[in-house]
Amino acid sequence: MPEISAHQRQVAGRALGYVALVLVTLVIGLPLFWMLSSSLKDLREINTFPPQWLPRSPKWSNYEDAWTSVPFARFYLNSIIITVFGASAQLFCGVLCAYAFAFLRFPYKNWLFLGVLGALMVPPEVVIVPNFLFFGNTVRDWFGLEESWVNTYQAMILPGAATAFGTFLMRQGFMQLPKDVLDAAKVDGAGHLRTMFGVVLPMAKPIVVTFAMISMVNKWNDYLWPLVITRTNEMRPITVGVRFLFDAEGNNNWGVIMAGTTFVILPLLVIYAFGQRFIIAGLTAGATKG
Amino acid sequence: MATNTEAGAASLEQSKYRDETFITPKRRAGGLLSKEWFLFLLFILPNFFFLVMFTYWPLWKNLKLSFMKTDLLSFSGGQEFVGFENYQWLFGNGTFRYVVQNTVVFIVSCVVLTLGLGLLVALLLNERLRGRNGVRTLVFAPYLLSGAAIGIVWAYIFDPRFGLLAQILSWFGIGSPHWLDRPEWAMPAIIIVYVWKNLGFATVIFLAGLQGIPKDLYDAAKVDGAGAWWRFRSVTLPMLSPISFFLMVTSVLATFQAFDIQQVMTNGGPAHATTTLVYYVYEQAFEAANYERAAAAAVILFIAMLIVTAVQMYFSERKVNYDA
Repeated sequence: MPEISAHQRQVAGRALGYVALVLVTLVIGLPLFWMLSSSLKDLREINTFPPQWLPRSPKWSNYEDAWTSVPFARFYLNSIIITVFGASAQLFCGVLCAYAFAFLRFPYKNWLFLGVLGALMVPPEVVIVPNFLFFGNTVRDWFGLEESWVNTYQAMILPGAATAFGTFLMRQGFMQLPKDVLDAAKVDGAGHLRTMFGVVLPMAKPIVVTFAMISMVNKWNDYLWPLVITRTNEMRPITVGVRFLFDAEGNNNWGVIMAGTTFVILPLLVIYAFGQRFIIAGLTAGATKG
Repeated sequence: MATNTEAGAASLEQSKYRDETFITPKRRAGGLLSKEWFLFLLFILPNFFFLVMFTYWPLWKNLKLSFMKTDLLSFSGGQEFVGFENYQWLFGNGTFRYVVQNTVVFIVSCVVLTLGLGLLVALLLNERLRGRNGVRTLVFAPYLLSGAAIGIVWAYIFDPRFGLLAQILSWFGIGSPHWLDRPEWAMPAIIIVYVWKNLGFATVIFLAGLQGIPKDLYDAAKVDGAGAWWRFRSVTLPMLSPISFFLMVTSVLATFQAFDIQQVMTNGGPAHATTTLVYYVYEQAFEAANYERAAAAAVILFIAMLIVTAVQMYFSERKVNYDA
């Protein structure tokens, strides 16, 4: 009876599918679960083998210890400053530039656009030495300063103020807007600033929000540049700061260290919970379009 | 048409219909100072200012620096041109050759594993299984999380005495290696973390690609009597090949830049076993204060990435059409 065997095969296939689904969930989820559960364990529970999956009574003081053993409040503040100003700068530069390339005429516009795209090929890591020397030496000569800009917010924020990716993404989004609405704005006699704020930005909101979120996540996670351009704990962002917590606590007080990493990851999980669809859509846009 | 009073609105129309010459008047009046051109320059100015200031100009400065040597005898820190001396030093240096080898091993392993596993997970999530959206959300999450924080979490998981992995290995009667303290185990450990973190990106992209394959191709293959494996070989894989190629190139470029996970977990060690090119640039510049050698290493890194991009440009059909 071929029908039954086909049916059976289908059932077996689905069962296998669910087994695989559980396996994937475990592989990806367990490390995150492990972080959260360990952040509430006391030292005795940490130092046992086989390890305990859940703490017997949650030790919330790990979070207090993480917060006070290194200046975590200050790290948080620094990260918020870098993220807010860095992402705002990218949004400002990106929206204006994308609007210009989408709607304004200019000779050799396409060549200029290649100038934007070319920057995608120069990752920040490649220019980290001259940028460091710029903030360490050149700014002093330029502005006649006593102190260099090493260990300042502007040095952390300015090199990441422009965006090639955002310009590309938002220009793409702007150009897909329905033409008749833009024409209606023209009939109303709207100038470019009014068209941008009154028509284009509200209509292209998903793509703008997408980029804003990606930019915020990137700024929050940034590591290499803040690591080299900061000198004192007062200026470290949280990604660099948690590394210092790791060093300060040594290789055994994992409960406190896991509490620290939870502090770093929590805001990202909040952004992800709210903007999951936007973020995935934006990051896959480059692959599926074109 | 109103061209003077509201140049903005009129030009909006012109940019949309510029091929229709009956609407676009040939106007050269005003030249560069025409309002629209001025506005264009004004709008692109901030972005271009920062791109030139912190991307293009430093690229040039970096190249120059790589041919220099700081003259330690002159108090002002004067520099002299030394040609390819820094490059010669790098290529004659055993550590650097080891670093290049590490970089290749790291990139090839990460990209092959991420793409292979990512495709498998995408095929799984493409099936109509209950809960697949939740799993997709979970799988993608690590991609967004801070590499520094994730690296620390995994340093604990790899802990040979009390770590999660030691526990799981013990179920199979395997003793945990000292992952991060042994040169032969540190690189696999870093690769595992990197693949775990980036798997979700490949999955989501492959999933988008799978969902873009027209259903009738499968129906046609079924009519031809093709089994599941043959349908995969003859429909899925070929239809996915452009997106796989895109994914491969972006993954290679991203993996070149990996830094935070190594820095947190192994500091590039033990004995340089996990030092890749980016890490080497960091180490030479900010631990050894050898800016010129770091610059030369950065140039080599840049050229390697440029070659990958050029290969993509050459093979990809979608390469040029950025025209509006």
